[in-house]
Amino acid sequence: MNLVPHLPALQVVVPLIAAPLTVLLRRRSVAFVVALLASWVALAISIALWLQVAHSGTITYAIGSWPAPWGIEYRVDRLNSFLLVLVSAIAALVLPYSRASIEAEVPPQQHYLFYTMFVLCLTGLLGIAITGDAFNVFVFLEISSLSAYVLIALGRDRRALFAAYQYLLMGSIGATFLVIGIGLLYLMTGTLNLADMGQRISNVQGTRPVLAALAFITVGVSLKLALFPLHQWLPNAYTFAPSAVSAFLAATATKVAVYVLLRFYFTVFGESAVFAKLPMEQMMLVLALAGMFAASTIAIFQTDLKRLFAYSSVAQIGYIILGLSFDSVSGLTASIVHLFNHGITKGAIYMLLGCVAVGMGGTSLARVQGLGKRMPLTSFGIVIGGLSLMGVPGTAGFISKWYLLLAALEKGQWWLVFLIVLSSLLAAAYVWRFVEAAYFREPRKDTADVAATPWLMSVPTAILVIAIVYFGLDTSFTIGTAADAATALMGGRR
Amino acid sequence: MIGTTTSMTLGGHFTYFITVFLMVAGLFIVISRSNLIKKLVGLGIFQTSVYLLYIAPAKLIGGTAPILSDTFTVYSNPLPHVLILTAIVVGVATLALGLALVVRIRESYDSIEEDEILELDSHTQDHGKTT
Repeated sequence: MNLVPHLPALQVVVPLIAAPLTVLLRRRSVAFVVALLASWVALAISIALWLQVAHSGTITYAIGSWPAPWGIEYRVDRLNSFLLVLVSAIAALVLPYSRASIEAEVPPQQHYLFYTMFVLCLTGLLGIAITGDAFNVFVFLEISSLSAYVLIALGRDRRALFAAYQYLLMGSIGATFLVIGIGLLYLMTGTLNLADMGQRISNVQGTRPVLAALAFITVGVSLKLALFPLHQWLPNAYTFAPSAVSAFLAATATKVAVYVLLRFYFTVFGESAVFAKLPMEQMMLVLALAGMFAASTIAIFQTDLKRLFAYSSVAQIGYIILGLSFDSVSGLTASIVHLFNHGITKGAIYMLLGCVAVGMGGTSLARVQGLGKRMPLTSFGIVIGGLSLMGVPGTAGFISKWYLLLAALEKGQWWLVFLIVLSSLLAAAYVWRFVEAAYFREPRKDTADVAATPWLMSVPTAILVIAIVYFGLDTSFTIGTAADAATALMGGRR
Repeated sequence: MIGTTTSMTLGGHFTYFITVFLMVAGLFIVISRSNLIKKLVGLGIFQTSVYLLYIAPAKLIGGTAPILSDTFTVYSNPLPHVLILTAIVVGVATLALGLALVVRIRESYDSIEEDEILELDSHTQDHGKTT
């Protein structure tokens, strides 16, 4: 049997089948192996799909052989093959990491359930990325969200429970807004296939239900991607979740939500409709800038590193939306590259913070004093991640910021260039808070005997930190794919 | 099943009025109540209103399932019905998980009032995080 034509389905089905298996097998070491294999197979499939798309163009797959507008279609193009690689790569690295990491943070009898939820979350995120069906997006969004709520609630602190509850409320409201939007679109176009919808919508373009759908989808997805004023759920969720969960969600969940927004804007509504009928450009610009500055400023005053970098995530989402607001190919390229670069940067930082939590017994700034002496490599890794957040040359963050600056220049908006640089200085300020504590303070006595980082944690973390530097130097994969994807999205100009 | 008539404007839009009323009422409860269970009730109402948004336009009075037969000529659109079956399952799962979280919150905070929990949390800044 030739499996190659079925790769798009297997991408989702493999982790989906692994989830009940981990429950049935129960033994945590067996569950770990099953989940690990599933995530590695998913990574292999996503790389195969990426190569196939790069080589021979968009792949479509009809689920159950029902042809496209009626059946559910999986559609892999440049944009989502890129995202699939990001999500499955992060999962493949975080899973081995989680084995040692949750040892200290989750009661042992719940470990197998942790793996179940983890692969379910992976299934949901991969499903959102790969599907070409509007309602399917919602279903996968809920699969990933529901499992994410559980993963966050597994945190040791009781505040994790309340953080998960708040995320559940806001996430469900966001998802319901998305369904309302999809429902209105379905009423107007009579189809659920995203590409088909994009074609049929031209007949009803500009009618009130379509504009209402645009508004509902924008707000709903913005809740999910934590666009600035809708980000309240994010800091608590990232702070109190187990380290492995913070790393996985920070690197993937919001990025996949950004993808959903891009997909609806460019494939369904059509770029001209989104930006011409409503003042979306100005609105997104204002919200992006507000996020970049407000969240970065809040980050400077945090006393816990996990929370500090959570606010930094909100600010970085601002950069992604800023690129989108330019409504140009170069702006979109910057957004898509930043999706990836910020994903690996934040993933690496949260994994490093997990190592710190194991070694130093916590991640508050008071506790990590003298980290540079106690855990020199981990501390150095966080600095590299911080440099990438600032956008220092030689790190991945520089590449996306460079393209963002180019896009701003292309629009002739010098003041934006100034603002982008200024917000990078704010990033420098919050990263400095860590540097100051780690390198210029004497270590605390009670952290004298730091626990060694287990190799299962340090190796995946190191790979991701090296990736930050690698993608800062060699951009053929990231920029190449993102530029193609952006051109394809904007090619849908009507 | 909720019927729709397209003949009269007010009657024809009747279901939409109900849908929007439920939608806004649900969202209002989520935002305005401090009790965690009541918030979930509001969320449930909000989600249920969407079921109506999908089902009402898809259902024709006297319409049957699309069966190829001479005796039936009026069909309801089955697709929204099926979609909403899925959405109901999602809604049940969300509610179940939400209630489970509330049970755990009650066990550890001994309260299900949001303001009391936030009050308790403000005292435990930077504690409990580390053990």
